[in-house]
This record gives sequence, structure tokens and C-alpha cells, in this order.
Amino acid sequence: MNKVYESPADALAGVVKSGQTLAVGGFGLCGIPAALIQALRDTGARELTCISNNAGVDDFGLGVLLQTHQVKKMVSSYVGENKEFARQYLNGELELEFNPQGTLAERLRAGGAGIPAFYTKTGVGTVVSENKETRVFNGETYVMETALSADVSLIKAQKADVSGNLVFSGTALNFNPEVAMAGTITIAEVEEVVGLGELDPGHIHLPGIFVDRIIVVPEPEKRIERLNYRQRNS
Amino acid sequence: MTWTHEQMAARAAQELRDGDYVNLGIGLPTQVVNHVPENMQVWLQSENGLIGIGPAPFEDEIDPDLIDAAKQTVTVAPGGSICSSSLSFAMIRGGHMDLTILGGMEVSASGDLANWMIPGKMVKGMGGAMDLVAGVRRVIVLMEHLTKDGRPKILKECTLPLTGKGVVSDVITDYGVFEVREEGLVVKELAEGVSRAELQEKTEAELIFELI
Repeated sequence: MNKVYESPADALAGVVKSGQTLAVGGFGLCGIPAALIQALRDTGARELTCISNNAGVDDFGLGVLLQTHQVKKMVSSYVGENKEFARQYLNGELELEFNPQGTLAERLRAGGAGIPAFYTKTGVGTVVSENKETRVFNGETYVMETALSADVSLIKAQKADVSGNLVFSGTALNFNPEVAMAGTITIAEVEEVVGLGELDPGHIHLPGIFVDRIIVVPEPEKRIERLNYRQRNS
Repeated sequence: MTWTHEQMAARAAQELRDGDYVNLGIGLPTQVVNHVPENMQVWLQSENGLIGIGPAPFEDEIDPDLIDAAKQTVTVAPGGSICSSSLSFAMIRGGHMDLTILGGMEVSASGDLANWMIPGKMVKGMGGAMDLVAGVRRVIVLMEHLTKDGRPKILKECTLPLTGKGVVSDVITDYGVFEVREEGLVVKELAEGVSRAELQEKTEAELIFELI
């Protein structure tokens, strides 16, 4: 079975519908499936719930879905880089559920691993644990967090083989494996596809069992949020 | 004379031990890295999934796929490694990290920390701060002693929404060094020229002096 689709639009066809929950990989603008997000905008699907650590910037990443008002609710840990997000949230046009970053990652992992809920110390004694079950283990209080899963997960990897085994580039790994695991259908945007047997099995970051569809974007736009560098010979 | 940011960062760096795995918060805590002694190896962790943050890249090394938690371009130090978000936070939440140095808006006498939200203003989100304070073995807050309009930031009780309850081990400000203990907030060092009376006047929480 070949998981490789012709285009982002082809990969989303018949999969994405209004009202769905989508999980999207990436941290900031690093490791986001930018072409799949553009294609998702073009499907016109609305009333979406998006689980993603961040919300992109105004004109890139998930920000493009906010501009078109296709997102009803965001589940995120940090959205400070997006002014349109702030405007919609303060106007009551957008729902928002903040999760601590580690809780968000673990909720996605749990969703993909068949674990309905787990206990963590993170957020105990803060607004995060309000109205949630707490329990004492070994004298310490923990809060129960439930798993997250998605109708569709969109992720970005550097390289795939045709069976969906994935290799990531640098810190573009971030949330992508957890997001992939949490999806009922997971679509991976990659820069390169190789044949079976061409990836070293021991160097695969995410096995293809978690990946249903693949699209290839050889030279994706990669934006840098905070450029920092030093001069040679200085 | 109170301490400058440079002196505060240098003082915080004295808390590092060889081989420590450390997470530095955004802003002033990041400057602590400039004061790590040369003969000491400290592993800087970035919660987006990098252990062993190296120096800033040269211009021809810039890689959009290699950033830190502040979303800045970085390099990986020799021996560094990269992992996914849940594994990165397993290090943090599982008690594997030795130390985190974070900024603060308010700290209470019992070690509560508020540093993520001011109600009524735009809420950006807590990112990894709640995970760090709940999971890292030692939490040091590095912050100005007073707000911009001169009010104390070390309080009997925090007024802002908490990041964590009873999580702070030590506080380093421009006025001195404080340790959170069962019996209360203990002053261990004073910046040169700061008197006990002046420090107590600028601190809402009751202070215990055990100067070294």
C-alpha cells in the first residue's frame, strides 16, 4: 500500500470536515506542516478545534486559519506571538483552553497510547487544577489530566519512506510524534520520500504505523521567529 | 548599591554544579550562561526538546529547524541530543533535571510563584513554566526585587494567578539572596550597601536574617 498522495489537497480530500478536532505538530513556527495548513484553509472547513502548542503568527502557520475564522477553539500552551489570536479571544470570537506544555504533550501521547487519563504534579494549586480530580500518592497531591485525541493530525517531518516511517530534522521533531500518535488519521508533510529499506530502521524517529498519508513538499517555507547569530572573527 | 543584572546573573551562576542539567527561563535567567566557569560542564536543556544548547550559530550555520524554547536560532553543543516534547517533559516532570532558574512577577514567603499571567491583560499562556516548577528538583527565581513602580515582589501571599504552589527553593534579586525554608524566608546575602532595615522595608514578607 502506497501512502504517498499527489498534493496536500488530495491528502485532505474526504478526510477533513467542519466541526472536527485537529491536532497540529510544531513548536512556534519550527516543524509545522505549513502546506497542509494552507490546504486545510482551502477546504473551507469551519468550526474547527485545533490542538497545537502555539497558534502560528498572523500570516503563517495556524494564524492563516484564524484570519479566515475557521477555528472555533484552540488548545495550546502559549499563544503570545499572534496578535489576531489576541484580538479574537478578547472579542469572544475564539475559545481557548490553556494547557501546561508538558501536560499538553503527555495528553497527546496518552491519547495515542490508549491511556485515558494520568496524574501529574504540574498545575496543582493553580487555575489548571480547578474543577479537576486530585489524588494523593505517596504524600504528594497530583491532578488528573485526560487524554487528547484528534479526528485528523497534521505533522511535518524531514524524510519518509513510502510506508510512512519518519525522520525529523533537529528540534522540528518537538510535538510531531505525539500529535501523530493522537490522530485517527495522520497526514505527514515531508521534504523527501525514499523507498522501503532506504532508511536505517534504528534511526527512524516515528514508525509508519502512526502515519496514514504522506505528501511531499521538497522546499517548504521555513520562517525563523527570532533570528540570533554571531559574526565570525569578532 | 543594589546588584546590576550582570551581578545577579553571576551570583545565580554560583549555584551551578559540574554536570548539572539546567533549564534557564527567558530574559535575565538566560544571561546566567555567560557566567558558567570555564572548567565546568553544564547541560542546558530547552523544553522544546534539546539538551546541550550550544552558542549562537554563525551566519552560515543558521538552521530554522534548530531553535530553543525562546524560538531563537541556536546550535547544539558537542554531546547534545534532541528529543520529542513528551520525552523532554518527562525529563522535567520526572525529576531528572537538577535546576531551573526562572524569572518571577511575585514570590510568596512559602515559595509560591506567579510568573505567567496578569488578569485583565492579554494572556499569553504558561508554556512550560508550570511543568518546570512542579518537576525540577531545585527552582531558583532570579528577578528584580521591586516592580517598575517600586512595589515589593516578595509578598506574604501572591496576588497573581500561581504558576506553582510551594515550589521555589531560592530567590536571587538585586537586593540579595533568599532561601525558602519551613520557618520562613531566610536572607543569606545582602547586596553591598543594602541594610537589613531597608531590605525588610522593601519586602512584604517577614524576613529571617542568617547572613553568611
